Amino acid sequence: MEKKDYKKLVDKYKAKETRIQNAIIAFLTGGLVGALAEFLIQVYSYFLDISTSDASVFMIVTLIFVASLFTALGFFDKWVNFARCGLIIPITGFAHSMMSAGMEYKREGLIYGIGSNIFKLAGSVILYGVVSAWFFGTIRYLLFGGV
Amino acid sequence: MTYLYSFLFCGAVCLIGQVILDNTKLTAGHITSLFVVIGAFLDTFSIYDKIIKYVGGGALVPITSFGHSLIHGALAKANEFGIIGLVMGMFDLTAAGITSAIVFTFILTLIFKPKD
Repeated sequence: MEKKDYKKLVDKYKAKETRIQNAIIAFLTGGLVGALAEFLIQVYSYFLDISTSDASVFMIVTLIFVASLFTALGFFDKWVNFARCGLIIPITGFAHSMMSAGMEYKREGLIYGIGSNIFKLAGSVILYGVVSAWFFGTIRYLLFGGV
Repeated sequence: MTYLYSFLFCGAVCLIGQVILDNTKLTAGHITSLFVVIGAFLDTFSIYDKIIKYVGGGALVPITSFGHSLIHGALAKANEFGIIGLVMGMFDLTAAGITSAIVFTFILTLIFKPKD
């Protein structure tokens, strides 16, 4: 076997292995965020004596605050690079994308920097979320009659 | 038990996202947008509600629940005001998330200096 072919073969398996590793890391970190969310809901509903649905709103605000703060402090980028989808898919990714866009365009000023670029990455989530929710909502309302 | 379900569900959603990210040309932006649409779609048949009932907090953190909350608020208002209610109630349930993200981001961006 030629040296070049062998290298190709090794690279192929190597890439596969890192893919599996990435998937496992994403599964574990994502799972931890999910378990943490459940834990926060339990804590809030127990100590503040509120319903589970109210506690889940508190939980989401907490996670967003933590993700924004960690991004501002600078080390959340490394975490996201490590965990990839494990932190991008949960709501932390939404906060991280807004915060990193804000930091990146800060030097261009308050209006044309932060103001117009803060939704640069998160905007697509809101756009497609709203359009699809409106579309599916209309279908459901017309076919099944609301909730 | 809810902790285990939360771990497994949220982990599984992230796993699917990571597999798509690694094996196709789609970027993280594509995947999050796709997952929001999937979340809204699943709620058309009330599937996501059932998942939340069983899984708890783990189903509320992935971005799919964002789409679910959007359509849920819209339908709740639609029950009251008819088809125009869909546009009135769209952000009802996600208001806390979006508002807090905007406010925290703005304040923290002003305070902290970007590295590099």
